[in-house]
Amino acid sequence: MPDVLLDARNIGKRFGGVQALKDVSLTIESGEIYGLIGPNGAGKTTLFNVFTGLYPRDSGEVRFAGAPLSLDSPHAVAAAGIARTFQNIRLFGNMTALENVMVGRHVRTRAGVFSAILRTRAERVEEAGIRRRAEELLYYVGIAGHADDLARQLSYGDQRRLEIARALATEPKLLALDEPAAGMNATETTALRGLIAGLRDDGLTVLLIEHDVKLVMGLCDRVAVLDYGEKIAEDVPAAVRANPKVIEAYLGASTA
Amino acid sequence: MSPREKFGLALIAVALIALPFVLAAAGTAWVRIANFAVLFVLLSLGLNIVVGYAGLLDLGYVAFYAVGAYVYALLASPHFGLHLPFWIILPIGAAVACVAGVILGAPTLRLRGDYLAIVTLGFGEIVRIFMNNLSSPVNLTNGPKGINRIDSFQLGPLNFSASDTLAGLIFSGPIKYYYFLLLVLLAVIVINRRLQDSRIGRAWVAIREDEVAAKASGINTRNVKLLAFAMGASFGGIAGGMFAAIQGFVSPESFILNESIMVLSMVVLGGMGNIWGVIAGAVLLSFVPELLRYTVEPAQMALFGKLLVDPEVLRMLVFGLALVLTMRFRPAGLWPETRHRRELSEGRT
Repeated sequence: MPDVLLDARNIGKRFGGVQALKDVSLTIESGEIYGLIGPNGAGKTTLFNVFTGLYPRDSGEVRFAGAPLSLDSPHAVAAAGIARTFQNIRLFGNMTALENVMVGRHVRTRAGVFSAILRTRAERVEEAGIRRRAEELLYYVGIAGHADDLARQLSYGDQRRLEIARALATEPKLLALDEPAAGMNATETTALRGLIAGLRDDGLTVLLIEHDVKLVMGLCDRVAVLDYGEKIAEDVPAAVRANPKVIEAYLGASTA
Repeated sequence: MSPREKFGLALIAVALIALPFVLAAAGTAWVRIANFAVLFVLLSLGLNIVVGYAGLLDLGYVAFYAVGAYVYALLASPHFGLHLPFWIILPIGAAVACVAGVILGAPTLRLRGDYLAIVTLGFGEIVRIFMNNLSSPVNLTNGPKGINRIDSFQLGPLNFSASDTLAGLIFSGPIKYYYFLLLVLLAVIVINRRLQDSRIGRAWVAIREDEVAAKASGINTRNVKLLAFAMGASFGGIAGGMFAAIQGFVSPESFILNESIMVLSMVVLGGMGNIWGVIAGAVLLSFVPELLRYTVEPAQMALFGKLLVDPEVLRMLVFGLALVLTMRFRPAGLWPETRHRRELSEGRT
């Protein structure tokens, strides 16, 4: 049995009268691409926000890499090794692409105010390391040529890549991508697909929310389907595609 | 740095070193004005960390200036009979102001924008009112009467309140303070620049740009914001200590809301986030009103034979006009940080 990286048990989340998540349990194994799909409003992004500490959960436990994960603050989640991107891209628009990625190194570096003021040897070494790693990551996602451009001036596809590079800079064990293909054209989607597959080949575990069912089915090792806040299926893509409950959720009941 | 830049920098350095003697020829009052201008530059650079880098609107910044000034006044005056040397008190003042910054920041930094502005405004007033009323039952601050006969700086045989002659040049008290302030300013500029290019500096800007994304990228936004507050407050505390020594007298009246607004105006007018812009803003807003004060009255006397408009009234008028014009034509400030300039000009289209 492969290693379980993330093990979520009975996650519940309620917004006022709406039960956004109902007893959702799922396990993500090390080294896989795990897809999360479902109709609009099914609770995908909510679950995402719970996993990354942006929303407090009402119930449930999460174990990550063999230890209980505190979901109280996003920065602690990032430190534990979960990095994310946003459905509506959230970059530091007036910083350069390189600076954006350098910010991602924050959680893995230590220099404080005093070492910065004194420019200690350790601080200079660390700064150089941050810059080098950020340049490598820009190269890795394929936008090294835009290092000194402001993030807001990049093309849409490049902004997506930059967000992934910034997330990778935190050295995650699990990379969570929230609809990375949203708004992309076919060419950009294909390139993105190559990038995500490459991430897995380099040993990263990926959690992918996506509307583009073709992308999910072609890319993911396993897929979970959410509907009205409940997990209705979790299996390999082929089995999920054939699951009557899933078909019903997407197309409505066949026997009306 | 290119040779041209080096040459320019050397020129500025020579000008700054020669400046007090030129000013002294016009009257010692002008040297004092220069000193206060440098004090305001220091305050603006401190506030720039909070407002310019981290994007936190602080309307009570003068409170930290007040804390630094009162720490100096209490530890170096006959009020408690304490006379510690300045090089001990200034760091203490910075530390106390820093603690005050953390005390203000810890409960309030979850607020954003206007709400934070209102809370900090209240904090500034609270500090002033404390200074005003902490005269009984224990006379800590001497109330509205303030504390006077504050010690001036004394460094070995060098007394900053007396004049010395060296190589035919008269070094008056204010001139000595000027050079000391210049040294402190240099240190503060270096510190600011280093912070700007550091891990912490990037985190500040990231928070200003998008707080949620900053959090998700692993920045402990609460701590990093507190750090901005603490750093800004420390600079305010140091400036306050020097203010007390130069002035020889402190009272709560020096630390009213207007002063906070003034420093904020300097930061905004000069160009938030850009050290050189902020310095230009502070120098401009310190000197121009004084220039008016010294020219308007004689000009009116010469033209009309009597005083028609009080210089003080004119001062506020010109001040307001300058701000309105700046915001209309250069909304990012006279000399903005490249980031802010792009942000604001794109926002206008």
